[in-house]
Amino acid sequence: MSRRDPRLRSMKLNDEEQDICAGKSGPVLQEALRHQIKVGEFFGAEDFVPVTQAHIMADTESLGEAGIRWLERLASTEDRHRVCIPTMTDPRGTDFAKAAFLGQTSAMLELERRAIAAFIELGVVMTDTCINYQTIQAPTRNEHVAFGDTGVVIYSNSVCGARSNFEGGPSALAAGLTGRTPRYGFHIADTRCATLRVLVSFTPGSLNEWGALGGVIGRIAGNYWAVPVIEGMDGSPGSDQLKHFGAAMASFGSVAMFHIAGVTPESEGEALRAGLPNHRVTRDDMHALQKSYRSDDRVDVVVFSAPQLSLFELQTLAELCKGKRFAVPLLAVTSPQVKPDCDRMGFTASIENAGGTVLSGMCFYQSYAREIAEAQGWKCLATNSAKLVNILGGYGYQPTLASMEACVAAAVSGKLPR
Amino acid sequence: MTPRVFRARHAMGPPVRGLALVANDGFSARYDLDRTTGIFSRPTHKLFGESYVGKILILDTAKGGVASAWMLNEMTSRGLMPLALVLNSVNPILVQGAALADLSMLVGFDEDITAAVVSGSEVEVNPKVGELAVLR
Repeated sequence: MSRRDPRLRSMKLNDEEQDICAGKSGPVLQEALRHQIKVGEFFGAEDFVPVTQAHIMADTESLGEAGIRWLERLASTEDRHRVCIPTMTDPRGTDFAKAAFLGQTSAMLELERRAIAAFIELGVVMTDTCINYQTIQAPTRNEHVAFGDTGVVIYSNSVCGARSNFEGGPSALAAGLTGRTPRYGFHIADTRCATLRVLVSFTPGSLNEWGALGGVIGRIAGNYWAVPVIEGMDGSPGSDQLKHFGAAMASFGSVAMFHIAGVTPESEGEALRAGLPNHRVTRDDMHALQKSYRSDDRVDVVVFSAPQLSLFELQTLAELCKGKRFAVPLLAVTSPQVKPDCDRMGFTASIENAGGTVLSGMCFYQSYAREIAEAQGWKCLATNSAKLVNILGGYGYQPTLASMEACVAAAVSGKLPR
Repeated sequence: MTPRVFRARHAMGPPVRGLALVANDGFSARYDLDRTTGIFSRPTHKLFGESYVGKILILDTAKGGVASAWMLNEMTSRGLMPLALVLNSVNPILVQGAALADLSMLVGFDEDITAAVVSGSEVEVNPKVGELAVLR
């Protein structure tokens, strides 16, 4: 982070921004811009930068009643201000069609309905996805955006070369309303330079391995301002591999950007930067992270989520499910954009004929995971998502990280294979 | 006794005074807390089982996802929030959450602030001048 004297606070505002601040464009824009100035001045932002898209994380478990009321107040003001750039949503807290199966209460669903109504009133597009870079519109190199979900931000910065900070729900909505965001952090070229070098002595295979490696590197990097440049892996990973890699790195380390030498668009020269601290990561390090989450072979539920599954992940899962009969629930979570294709291609039928459930527009950990565990009696959870195992420990689960194949086998027997 | 004073490079919110709860560990409202009971609930967190309500939390860095941006406001609305956050480093999410919740915050010191303050100390957070004072 840049050094800043807390007593020296003043962003440069243009005429329009000064008018907004003075309330000449109504109370909604005024509140949004003032919030952004507060954050921008904390980080020493000089001014605002225009953004082209915003992405809002706003599941109602996070919002609570207080957050919903805040949204409803913004949506119901007399000036009826709306977002001025394409503004979309991260997964919601439920799939209404499967809420009863999940054991979600009517109170939870009512909060969801109220949040959705407020967002629609504000002009937000209810995409309900954390893989918008795969399904809606990937940002382009140097495009300034205000994205919410950490997995979306790290992918957009690192793989697409776009420019975004982690924008929490209130700030992402503010960016949608004002069409700008404070110019600090990953909107600035210097922040995007590598700060540590990581030499990896192997190339991950399965998605859980990509996630586990991301988790190991995230722990090494350790904070938002660290930018690892990674060397030593063979070939070019695909979108799903980088999705799990980045989402886990962001989850374990709050990291917002990485470079893979020779692969990601801004990696040229980053590994040659002088004075970078060096770290080595071996296959044993990756296995150690995976093993650290395995405390019980018993499995109460299998979950594929966080990030939502792409069509190709669902295709792989559907193949694995053919001819199987599950003894414990298996949940596969995807986006509303992918779900119709999953249905159309017969993938949903394959998964559900085996006893699984395909959910749309939600994410498991953003859907009252603690209450679901209590309602369903689920404790031991198997998943191939490193991000999910990192999160669910705090929700009372005993999560285990395993391959998609091992997770499907566990759904059949109720036990993870040794 | 003259209080020991530590200067922060980044500050926000109103001045507050209270007891410090200190650990060299991270902070995420979603990952680490049981927000219904006001305790640290992640078994591997160094403050596991401790109540954070009304405490001035002194921790190393922000961790994890974007949910804290909403959750600090929601915790504040129910009166189950820390009094202030004091960190060595932070990500934008906690700052955005503190801005919405009007929670006091100091970030960035010349030394490891988690090693400089003893848990249980009475401390004063003064964002107006960017200072953390250890009173006793």
